[in-house]
Amino acid sequence: MTDKYTQFVSQGLGRDIAKKLGLPQPVALRRHKPGDPLLTGPVLVQGEGIGADELAAALLAWGLDVRRNALPKEKLGAIVLVLDAVEHPDDLGKPVLTAGASLRDLAPNARLVTVSRTASSAATPAVAAARQGVDGLLRSVAKELRAGATANGIVLADGVEPTSPSALGALRFFLSGRSAFVDGQFLTVTSAGGALPDDAEKPLAGKVAVVTGAARGIGAAIARTLYRDGAKLVVVDIPAAGDHLAEIANEVHGTALQLDISRTNAGQRIIEHAMERHGRLDIVIHNAGITRDRLLANMDEGRWNSVMAVNIASQLRINEALLASGRFNEKPRIVSLASTSGIAGNRGQSNYAASKGGVIGMVRATAPLLAAGGGSINAVAPGFIETEMTARIPFATREIARRLNSLQQGGQPGDVAEAIAFLASDAAGGISGQVLRVCGQNLVGA
Amino acid sequence: MAAAQESATGPQETTSAVPGVRKAVVVGGNRIPFARTGGAYTKSSNQDMLTAALDGLIARFGLQEERIGEIAAGAVLKHSRDFNLTREAVLGSALSAETPAYDLQQACATGLETVLGLANKIKLGQIDSAIAGGVDSASDAPIAVSEGLREILLDLNRAKTTTQKLRILARIRPKDLAPDAPNTGEPRTGLSMGEHQALTTAQWKISREAQDELAYNSHHNLAAAYESGFFDDLITPYRGLGRDSNLRADTTLEKLATLKPVFGRNLGSEATMTAGNSTPLTDGASTVLLASEEWADARGLPKLATVLDGEAAAVDFVHGKDGLLMAPAFAVPRLLARNGLGFEDIDFFEIHEAFAGTVLSTLAAWEDEDFGRTRLGLDGALGKIDRAKLNVNGSSLAAGHPFAATGGRIVASLAKMLHEKGQVGGRPARGLISICAAGGQGVVAIMEAH
Repeated sequence: MTDKYTQFVSQGLGRDIAKKLGLPQPVALRRHKPGDPLLTGPVLVQGEGIGADELAAALLAWGLDVRRNALPKEKLGAIVLVLDAVEHPDDLGKPVLTAGASLRDLAPNARLVTVSRTASSAATPAVAAARQGVDGLLRSVAKELRAGATANGIVLADGVEPTSPSALGALRFFLSGRSAFVDGQFLTVTSAGGALPDDAEKPLAGKVAVVTGAARGIGAAIARTLYRDGAKLVVVDIPAAGDHLAEIANEVHGTALQLDISRTNAGQRIIEHAMERHGRLDIVIHNAGITRDRLLANMDEGRWNSVMAVNIASQLRINEALLASGRFNEKPRIVSLASTSGIAGNRGQSNYAASKGGVIGMVRATAPLLAAGGGSINAVAPGFIETEMTARIPFATREIARRLNSLQQGGQPGDVAEAIAFLASDAAGGISGQVLRVCGQNLVGA
Repeated sequence: MAAAQESATGPQETTSAVPGVRKAVVVGGNRIPFARTGGAYTKSSNQDMLTAALDGLIARFGLQEERIGEIAAGAVLKHSRDFNLTREAVLGSALSAETPAYDLQQACATGLETVLGLANKIKLGQIDSAIAGGVDSASDAPIAVSEGLREILLDLNRAKTTTQKLRILARIRPKDLAPDAPNTGEPRTGLSMGEHQALTTAQWKISREAQDELAYNSHHNLAAAYESGFFDDLITPYRGLGRDSNLRADTTLEKLATLKPVFGRNLGSEATMTAGNSTPLTDGASTVLLASEEWADARGLPKLATVLDGEAAAVDFVHGKDGLLMAPAFAVPRLLARNGLGFEDIDFFEIHEAFAGTVLSTLAAWEDEDFGRTRLGLDGALGKIDRAKLNVNGSSLAAGHPFAATGGRIVASLAKMLHEKGQVGGRPARGLISICAAGGQGVVAIMEAH
């Protein structure tokens, strides 16, 4: 599932031509398939301190081939750069340069993952400088890596250990093919909560998940991915999309709920359906969204209001119903679809960007409300994703949009779904109020 | 049915008319929007549409890979190749391939009869779950060769030598090549269904205005039901169609009054039946999920209504004793009597609108003292129904009428209405379904809120 240009430059003549002309050389990304190994080669753990030692032990326990020192000429599947103990910018040099010396040995589609601590609560300016330095470092390395390799960072909040469940969960996600289109991003582990699954292939076993806007595109991919990970699905979409919704429901062995989520009783309907049919409700994915693009100067009330009603007002109302129901209190998970437009803005999308910015605000403010029951809420912000919607963008605009990221290609709906499935799992229970971008490190809004 | 009559103790009676059997509940239904013939489903076969309706039902209730007790459906206009239509639809659906199925055909009563037959099997404990349904395509109707050509082709098949074959082929005449298209004509009278109803409409002196008003109500009731979201869990869109294409939400009595009569123009009396107060030819499919209470409970599925009882009747229309579509006028009083019920015990009347004249003629017969005494054997008229309880979410005049699919449409909608109504004066809400059919037949049923 790669675009034609990527296919052309991936082999033979096309590859030679692209190389000579200095054209972008995207590669087919390594995407997770059940049964695939976590990594394609050994993992090098760099860094000093207890954190590095403990993480190396944890990776070893996952059955990975772990190196504490690089072997000459050995192709590496990943580098984990543990910087949780740095106290001064001077402390960065040694581990970073050592890791840097191994970058040329990274295999295609390899991973670099940093583990560091949040700078905002640092005790001294020097500690803050060291920790914040990781930010610039990681984002730059991500832009230097080639051949589908990505670099992402795990940021630990105060009191969260590098081997806490969600730190390990995030590490596993970043190392795996599930994070193929996540690049140059940080994910903050906010608490020591969460739990690693018994079966890494079925992290959502026994969970009941609702996906809105599931009839097609990213929503359908989310339903498929959650099903693959073991969840029981309730797929929701507007009645007019019912035929596609029924197809997805039958594919993922779930139940179809034809419902306009902007109706005032939508939250109640969703809860009732889940409780009556499946006896519980664990996960809600707010994916449904619409675009009604116009420059603000030409924007009418209808366009503005419909986008706000569907993309954010409905989510707020459904979340209120969920919180008030008393049925959504056992480690509940909410994942909401934001957009890079909501972070960086997009010409012609003032309404859409306002609604998606709203999603990010909602997620941050809702996190404390869910914390008591071990719950979490996060957002995923997709960049350029190959969907029916983006396929309608004029060719030249589309071609530029899809190359403007470090992986030089558009993402697949499944890439967004993987990030959502991770955030919906108990392994991510210690991550809440966060926004994870799935954009291949898009140059816009970084 | 002496035992059954004894069990009918009065209007508070809520168990089945047959003692000692368990309940058959309607879990829900699914249909595709009905499309006027030659419209959105022109290229869809009966099997395509029935499969789509089934798959929507499976999706709604999470029945993927489920082995259902039995499935029955049928079509009125049916290709000979569709001898196993329902089973083929099951094999093309997301159900377990181990789900048995059979076809049934009783003209326009097909859909309701599948519900009654399967409900009876559930009541008797033979099966725990069932899907009833029906489908019809007037667009993709079978066309047969003429009788003359058919005989020649069969002879040809039996011929052994080339000479014999050539001699047989030489018998073909140009007139033999005219195809034999299906029509709604009655084989024994040669009259179309509309012409038959025109006779009845005139006999019962049903006015043009009354028929147009019924049609107007049908369209407006159906449109309002769509607007309120009533069909959100009863319909799954198909081939780009989200609503019944015959629905005219903006129709007016004035507009209906402008239409020219199409039936009964040679009766001597004023012709009153127009394209507006008659149902058009339509394509579509419907399904209903039936179950025992235990089966539904085990799966967390809704129990909207119980199928209480059903009755079939037929009239001698050939010799003109009764109108072609008047059989329900006899079936309903028999069914009510068996269950010890009267019109006042019914909260919803679902009388299939083959023609506005059919509904109004039936109501007129029930309100007629003489008909009640001489034909129904009562002391007087059967009674008058509260028109505010008639076809409250629209019926066939607005939705259209893909013959075998109408029963499933009505049963699923009524079950939902009964469920929403719940209790009425300390008893479960009740609904009466009446469907007339070709051949002078009619099938009627009573359902109760669960």
